[in-house]
Amino acid sequence: MSVLVEKMPSFGVVIFPGSNCDHDCYHVAAHVLGAPTRYVWHEETDLAGLDCVILPGGFTYGDYLRTGAIARFSPVMGAVQRFAAAGGLVIGICNGFQILLEAGLLPGAMLRNVGQRFICRHVYLRTEQTQTPFTRTLSPGQVVRIPIAHGEGNYYADAQTLRELEEYGQVVFRYCQPDGRLTPGANPNGSVSNIAGICNRERNVLGMMPHPERCSEPLLGSVDGRFIFDSMFAAARQSGGN
Amino acid sequence: MTFTAAVIVSLKPTVLDAQGDTVRAGLHRLGYQGVQSARVGKYIELQLEAADAEEARRQAERMCADLLANPIIENYTVQVTPA
Repeated sequence: MSVLVEKMPSFGVVIFPGSNCDHDCYHVAAHVLGAPTRYVWHEETDLAGLDCVILPGGFTYGDYLRTGAIARFSPVMGAVQRFAAAGGLVIGICNGFQILLEAGLLPGAMLRNVGQRFICRHVYLRTEQTQTPFTRTLSPGQVVRIPIAHGEGNYYADAQTLRELEEYGQVVFRYCQPDGRLTPGANPNGSVSNIAGICNRERNVLGMMPHPERCSEPLLGSVDGRFIFDSMFAAARQSGGN
Repeated sequence: MTFTAAVIVSLKPTVLDAQGDTVRAGLHRLGYQGVQSARVGKYIELQLEAADAEEARRQAERMCADLLANPIIENYTVQVTPA
C-alpha cells in the first residue's frame, strides 16, 4: 500500500559574491509562495532537502572575464550539477542563466546586447513550451510581461545547437510583441531566434534572462512571474521532492 | 623556470561583435573612413612556472580552454617567452 504524503517543496537561493537579486527571489519563494526557503552560500556543497534551486541575477565576481565565468567554479556549482543530474529543479535568472551556460548545464553562450546598452524595461515573452516544470501553469503561446535588466543577454548558439534546441523543444520563451508576434523589433538584445529562455533536454533546468521575481505581486505592476514560481511549486510538490 | 604567456582572446569571426562594431562606427565618425572592421578582444598576461617553454604553452592553453576563453564564442592564441 502506498501512502501519498503531501510535501511542501523547499527552495534554495544561491548567493554568489555579487548576486543582487537573491533577496527578491527569497521573498517570492518564502513570502509570496509561502514555501520553506533558505539561502545557500556559494561555498556550500550540500543541497540536501531542497527541491528547487534558484541561481539569482546579479554581477557575480564583477562579471570579470565573462558573465558567469568565475561563478561556475564556486564550490556550490558542483552540488548544483549533481542536484540537476538527480532531477532537482534549477532555475537560473539573468546572471543565473549566464552561469548555467558557462557551467555547461545549458547549451550556448551569452554575448553583449546588439545595441551595446544595458536594457532595463518590461518585455513580452511568448510561452513556447508548457511541458516543463517551470511553465505548466501557462497556456501554449501565452504572452507574459516580465522585466529584463541586462547588458549581456544576447543569446548565441551555433546552427547545430539551435537545431537541437528546436528539435527537442528546449526553447521555452521568446521575446515577442504584446500580441505574441515574433518580430525583430520585439527582440531587445539581438538573441538568436528571439530566444529569452531555454531548458535542458531533461527539462529540469531552465535559464531565462527576464526576471520573474520582479513581477510576482500586484504591487509591482505585473504578476506574470508567478506562473513560473507556481509551476515549480506544483511540479516539485507532485514529484514528492528530490 | 618562469615564463610569460601572452594570451589573446577574440570573438570567433562568425560571432557578432557589437562592441567592435561600435568602435568601428566611432572611428568612422573621427574620419577614419578606411576602417573596414574592428574586433575587440582581451589580452591576458600570465607569469608562470614551467619546466620549459613547451610545457608553459600547454599549461596556458589548458587555462584558455578551462576558463580564459569560452570555446563556443571565442578563439585564443598563446605566445610564450622567458620572463
